[in-house]
Amino acid sequence: MIPVFFGATFIIFAMVFAIPGDPIRALSGDRPMAPGTVAALRDAYNLNDPLPVQYGKYLVGLTQGDFGQTFNGREVTEIMAERLPVTIKLSLMAFAFESILGILAGILAGLRRGAYLDSLVLVSTTFVVSIPIFVLGFLSQYVLGVELRWFPVAGIQDGLHSYVLPAMVLGSVSLAYIARLLRTSLVENLGSDYVRTATAKGLKRTRVVGRHTLRNSLIPVITFLGVDLGGLMGGAIITEGIFNIPGIGGAVFDATKSQENTVVVGIVTALVLVFMFANLVVDLLYAVLDPRIRYE
Amino acid sequence: MSDIGSGGRPRPDPEERLHPTATSLEEESVEEQGPGITAEARPDPSRVVVAAAAGELPQRQASLWSDAWRQLRKSPLFVISAVLIVIFSVMAVAPQLFTSIDPRFCDLSHSVEPPSAKHWFGYDIQGCDYFARAVYGARISITIGLLVVAVSGTIAIALGSIAGFYGGLFDAVIARFADIVFAIPTVLGGIVLLASLGDRGLFQVSAVLVLLGWPTMMRLMRSTALSIKEMDYVQAARSLGANDLRIMRAHILPNAIAPVLVYGTISVGITISAEAALSFLGVGLQLPAISWGLQISDAETRVLLSPHLLLFPGAFLILVVLSFILMGDALRDALDPKLRR
Amino acid sequence: MDQRRAPDEGRDEPAHLLEVEDLAVEFRTAYGKVYAVNGITYTLDERETLAILGESGSGKSVSAQAIMGILDTPPGFITRGSIRYQGVDLLQVGESERRQVRGQKIAMIFQDALSALNPVFSVGWQIGEMYRVHRGASRVDATKKAIELMERVRIPSARERVGDYPHQFSGGMRQRVMIAMALSLDPDILIADEPTTALDVTVQAQIMELLADLQRETSMGLILITHDLGVVADVADRVAVMYAGKIVETGSIFEIYKNPAHPYTQGLMASIPRLDQKGEKLTPIVGAPPNLMHIPSGCSFHPRCPYARQRCTTDVPPLYEVGDGRRSACPYSQEVMQTGPTRRR
Repeated sequence: MIPVFFGATFIIFAMVFAIPGDPIRALSGDRPMAPGTVAALRDAYNLNDPLPVQYGKYLVGLTQGDFGQTFNGREVTEIMAERLPVTIKLSLMAFAFESILGILAGILAGLRRGAYLDSLVLVSTTFVVSIPIFVLGFLSQYVLGVELRWFPVAGIQDGLHSYVLPAMVLGSVSLAYIARLLRTSLVENLGSDYVRTATAKGLKRTRVVGRHTLRNSLIPVITFLGVDLGGLMGGAIITEGIFNIPGIGGAVFDATKSQENTVVVGIVTALVLVFMFANLVVDLLYAVLDPRIRYE
Repeated sequence: MSDIGSGGRPRPDPEERLHPTATSLEEESVEEQGPGITAEARPDPSRVVVAAAAGELPQRQASLWSDAWRQLRKSPLFVISAVLIVIFSVMAVAPQLFTSIDPRFCDLSHSVEPPSAKHWFGYDIQGCDYFARAVYGARISITIGLLVVAVSGTIAIALGSIAGFYGGLFDAVIARFADIVFAIPTVLGGIVLLASLGDRGLFQVSAVLVLLGWPTMMRLMRSTALSIKEMDYVQAARSLGANDLRIMRAHILPNAIAPVLVYGTISVGITISAEAALSFLGVGLQLPAISWGLQISDAETRVLLSPHLLLFPGAFLILVVLSFILMGDALRDALDPKLRR
Repeated sequence: MDQRRAPDEGRDEPAHLLEVEDLAVEFRTAYGKVYAVNGITYTLDERETLAILGESGSGKSVSAQAIMGILDTPPGFITRGSIRYQGVDLLQVGESERRQVRGQKIAMIFQDALSALNPVFSVGWQIGEMYRVHRGASRVDATKKAIELMERVRIPSARERVGDYPHQFSGGMRQRVMIAMALSLDPDILIADEPTTALDVTVQAQIMELLADLQRETSMGLILITHDLGVVADVADRVAVMYAGKIVETGSIFEIYKNPAHPYTQGLMASIPRLDQKGEKLTPIVGAPPNLMHIPSGCSFHPRCPYARQRCTTDVPPLYEVGDGRRSACPYSQEVMQTGPTRRR
C-alpha cells in the first residue's frame, strides 16, 4: 500500500514537474505570463530546489491539506469541498443504479443461460460497453433531454430528478460489466460439484441457487463494485462535463479545458488517494467474503 | 439365426470364433489407451480386426486452434466483427477508397449543414466535409489502438513471463510497478500525464496509453507463467536440460497466447475508446490531427442542435469498438475449453 | 446354449429396499446421442453392500445419479426403466416427492470432497443444513447435531472444528464430513460414488472401514461405485460388473474374484498386477472401451473378447444364470469359468 501511494503520487508529480521543458509553462498552458509572476510562481512551487526536495515539499503540503491553488489564488481544497456534495450524490445514485440493475440482470441471464433473456442481456451489455461514455452522454442528453424532454438537459436542481440522467450515463458501463461478470460467475458456479451435492441433499432449487451459488458468485462482483469507485471518478469527469454539473469531476473538466493544470493535478491526486483507499477496503472485504483467503 | 451375409456369400458359422489368435495373450504388450483412440495399427491381422470391429477408426488429434477455427467460422459474431474490422482497416489504410473529398478542405459557408445526397454526413462547424473527416479519422484511431496494444502487449508479455517465472525479487519489483500504475484510473492518469505535455501527437498519446495499459496484460501473463511453471511437463523438460528461455518459449508462451490474444483484441477496442475520450477532453490528440474524439469535442457546443455532428463520428466509434470487443468475445468462446459444448 | 436364462426379477421374491429395472439413460449432445446406461437391473436389500464395478465410461456413476434424480437434464434423459424404492417407482412420482426421498432416505457421497463441499460455508453449517431445512431445527440445535455426527464419523476435536471450512481439513477428514452430511437423517440407502479414489491408500482403508461400521450400526443398504477391485474386497457382499452401460455379471464377491463367469470380468481380474507375477508381462484387456455413441452391435464386448464367436456380433446376450445367485451376460460363461481367473497360456 505505502509504496504504491508514493509511487503513484510521484508519477503524477514527476510528469508535471520533472519533464523537460519549463514546468511553469506547463502549468500555465498557453497563457502569457509576466516575468514577475513567473518568478513568484517558481518560488511558490519550489522549482529552484532539486527534484526530490520538490517532491518532499509537495508531499508535506499534501499532508497539510495543501493541494495547490488556482491561478486566481483559490485553494484547490476549497473548490473540492464546495463541489463534493454534488459529486457524492451523483456517484451514489450511479452506484445504486449500476449495482441493483446490474446484479438483477446478471442473475436473470445466469439462471436462464442460453435462453432469450440471456442473449438479450449479453447483446445489450456488449453494446453498452462499446459506447464511449461521452458519446453515450450526448446521445442520452439528446434523446431523453431534448427530444423526449424527460430530463433536464444540463445542470442540476434540487431534488433527485436532475441527477437521474447523468447517474444513468455514469453507471451504464459498469452496469453492463457487472451483469456480465455476475452471469459468468453464476454459470460457472452452477456447474460446480457442490451444487450437485446440495441438490443430492434434497434441497429445493431456489435454496441451492439462492443460498449456495449466489454467495459464491457475488464475490467477484462485490470486489468489482469496490474498485469501481475509481471508474466512477474517471467517468464523472466526462459526465459532469457534458451535463454541466458543478461537481468535482466538473471542476477537473473545466480546469482541463482552461489548462489550469495545478487544479487538475491537485484534484486528480486527491481522487487517486480515494481510489487507493477503496482498493484497500476491497482487499480487506475479500477476506471477509471468501474464507479460503482468510486462512492462508 | 438371421442371414448375416448377403446373397451369394456363404453364411458364416455363428459359432465360429471371431478372434482365433486372441486366446493366447503372449504377444500382448501394454497398449491400453484412453477411450476413443484405437490400438496402434500392427501388421497382426487379428489386431486390425479387433480395432475395426470395435468401431474405432483412427482419429485426427484435434488441436485447440483447429477446433477454435472451426467454431469461429460458424459463429455469426466472429463473421460480423471480422467484416467490420476489415472494412475499417481498409478505411484506415486507404481512405481514398471511401471518399474523394479532401477532409481538410473547409468552406465556412457550409458550416453545420445537415447531411445531403452528396455529403452523407453533412458539414462540421468549420465547413469541412464530415464524412471525409470521419473516414480519415479511422486511420489514427485504429493505428493508435493497434500500436498501443502491440507495444504494451510485448512489454507485458516480457515482464509477465519474467515475474511469473522467476518470482522472487523480479516478481516483487514488477508487481509493485504494476500496482502503482493500477492505482491510477486510466482517464484520470491520462488527463494528468497528457495535460502536462505540450505537444501531443500520435507518439505521445500512444506512449501514455501504453504506460497506463501494460499492467493488466502483464498480470494475465504472469498468472499463466505461474501456473505453467509448476506443471510436471515443465519439470520434465528441465530435467532434460531445457534452459529457461526455451521453457518460456516452448511451454509458457503457447499456453498464454489464447488469453492474451483474447484480452488484446478487446484491449484494442478499449484503447480506441480511451483515446477518443481523452481527445474529447482536450488532452488527447490536437488539431490538425483528425480523430473522432476531436470531431465530437469540436462539435460540443452545437451538438444538441445538430445531432448529426455527434451521430456520425459516434457511430463509427461505436462500430469500431464494438467490432473489436465482439471479436474478442468470439475468440474467447472459441478458445476456452470450458465453454465448449 | 445350455444355460438357463435368469428369471425376471421381482416376481416371487420379497420386496427389496431398492429395485432398479431395465434402467436406460442417454445424453443428447450436439454430436449425437451418448448411450450411457443401456438397461441395467439390480436390487439392494437392507444391510447389503452392493459394489458396482466398472471402468470410466461404463455408466456406473450415471446410473447412480439417475437413482438420486440429480442427472443434468438436459442433456441427460432417462429413456426407460423403473427405480422402485420400497415398492414405489421414483420415476413416476413428482419432483416434490422425489425431493423428500433425496438426501433423507437415499443419500449420496461423491469422489472429491473438496469440490463437493461449498467452500464458503463451514462444515458445521453444511451438515447442520440438513436439520435446519428438513427438520426445522434451530441454528444451535443443528450445530449440536453436526458435532454429534462429526464425532460419529470419527473426526477428532469435532466441537472445535465444527466452524472450520472444508479447505482446512485433510482429504480423509473431508470425506468423513461428506459421510456425516449424508448420514445425518438416517437414510435407508447410501450411494458412495468412488468415495476413496482421491485418497491415499491408508486413508482409503480407514474410510472403507468406517463405511462398513456405519452400515452395521444403521443396517442401511450401501451401494459402492468403484473401478478399484481391491478397495471393495473387504466390504462388499455382492458385485455387479458394468461395461458399456450394461451389467455383464453379478454374484458374490468371492465367486467373482475366484472364478469370473464373464470374459470382461476375467480380463479385469487378469489385469491386476500380482506379486507372484513378478518378472512377467502385464496382461491388459485388448483394445479400448467403446465409444458410447457407437456401441458395438450384439454383445458390446465382442471386439475385445477372446471367446467371441460370430453370433456375438449380432445377438445381444441376456443375463444367464450361471450358478446360485450368479448371473453373467455371456452364452459361453461355462467356458470362461473353466479357463479360470487368469487365462493360462
